[in-house]
Amino acid sequence: MLGADNFEGRTELLDELKQRAQTLVQKLEEGDFPAAAEMIRYINEARDHSIYREVGKLTRGLHDAIVNFEIDASKAGLESDNFSKIANAQERLDYVINLTQKSADKTMDMVEQGIPVAEQLGAEASLLQADWQRLSRRDMKPDEFRELYRRIDQFLGQTVVHSGVLSEKFNSILLAQDFQDLSGQVIKKVITLVQDVEYRLVDLMRVAGQVEQLTGIFRGAIDVDVAKVADVVAEGPQIKADQRADVVSGQDDVDDLLSSLGF
Amino acid sequence: MKILIVDDFSTMRRIIKNLLRDLGFTNTSEADDGQTALPMLQNGNFDFLVTDWNMPGMSGIELLKAVRADGKLKNLPILMVTAEAKRDQIIEAAQAGVNGYVVKPFTAAVLKEKIEKIFERVDASK
Repeated sequence: MLGADNFEGRTELLDELKQRAQTLVQKLEEGDFPAAAEMIRYINEARDHSIYREVGKLTRGLHDAIVNFEIDASKAGLESDNFSKIANAQERLDYVINLTQKSADKTMDMVEQGIPVAEQLGAEASLLQADWQRLSRRDMKPDEFRELYRRIDQFLGQTVVHSGVLSEKFNSILLAQDFQDLSGQVIKKVITLVQDVEYRLVDLMRVAGQVEQLTGIFRGAIDVDVAKVADVVAEGPQIKADQRADVVSGQDDVDDLLSSLGF
Repeated sequence: MKILIVDDFSTMRRIIKNLLRDLGFTNTSEADDGQTALPMLQNGNFDFLVTDWNMPGMSGIELLKAVRADGKLKNLPILMVTAEAKRDQIIEAAQAGVNGYVVKPFTAAVLKEKIEKIFERVDASK
């Protein structure tokens, strides 16, 4: 059974019930049936009063929990201070998604702009290298040499410019990694929010357990069959693949699994 | 060759599109969910499908099964590129008829190898 074994007033209730029960037995032995019936009524009342008291506490506990969750529907949608904790967490995680998306896009933009610059550098250098080798073999006419001289001069100037462009792109990529710090802070805040919600839920369960005990509602062990997996449930990226036997640790594992099954 | 890339995250679609372009596949289209992808496949003469697993409307595994159940599309080569790494899922995808399974994070070399392998088998079976 959930809940503490010692709800408030348990000892007093037991003492009172014991007292009344003893008086009941006594009256029965005396054959005083009306008095015995009266005792039975007292005993029921004593139990009922305890139940009412605990239900009252449960109601208050529930009310407090709801207030603390801050899910006051009438206030929802005004200023963000009034959002529920859960809505707050959702907002923050949406922010993380947007932030990481922007950083990824920015980084990819810089890469896509930088690649052609690097390729052009390499291509032109290759061409020049071929001609340079001809020159070192003395396999070049004077006007060809003059042309080569001009092209090299131009190439050196372009390389200075292109290097500047590439450095600028690299710096932008570096700065775009700032998402990690910002999203990390936001995620930490969400972890705190979730822990808070969990704490209050556990508290609520404790109060509910006390009432169950009182009313003698005994459901047996509460088996929470979490996720009866009839279908295979998608779990997203594996965080601790090496600690689980039902998960693969990389592409090699995937390939081994598939070939072992004949695929 | 006409390729459809399906993933609910635009950054991943962009990465795959760029990798495919580097491999010489420039004719690519995109969809952000199995639900929008299926009609595109039915009307579009695609030669190859690359899809994620986790998508809000119709998931990749559901898309895979729908494609294999469609008379016109049942032989379409399909590569799954996904973060889902449970053995049961890999087996389920293989049994549903996926041609290749790549887990994220992946490298350009792995993607290239899997695509080449799929088309080797497709050509061999002709």
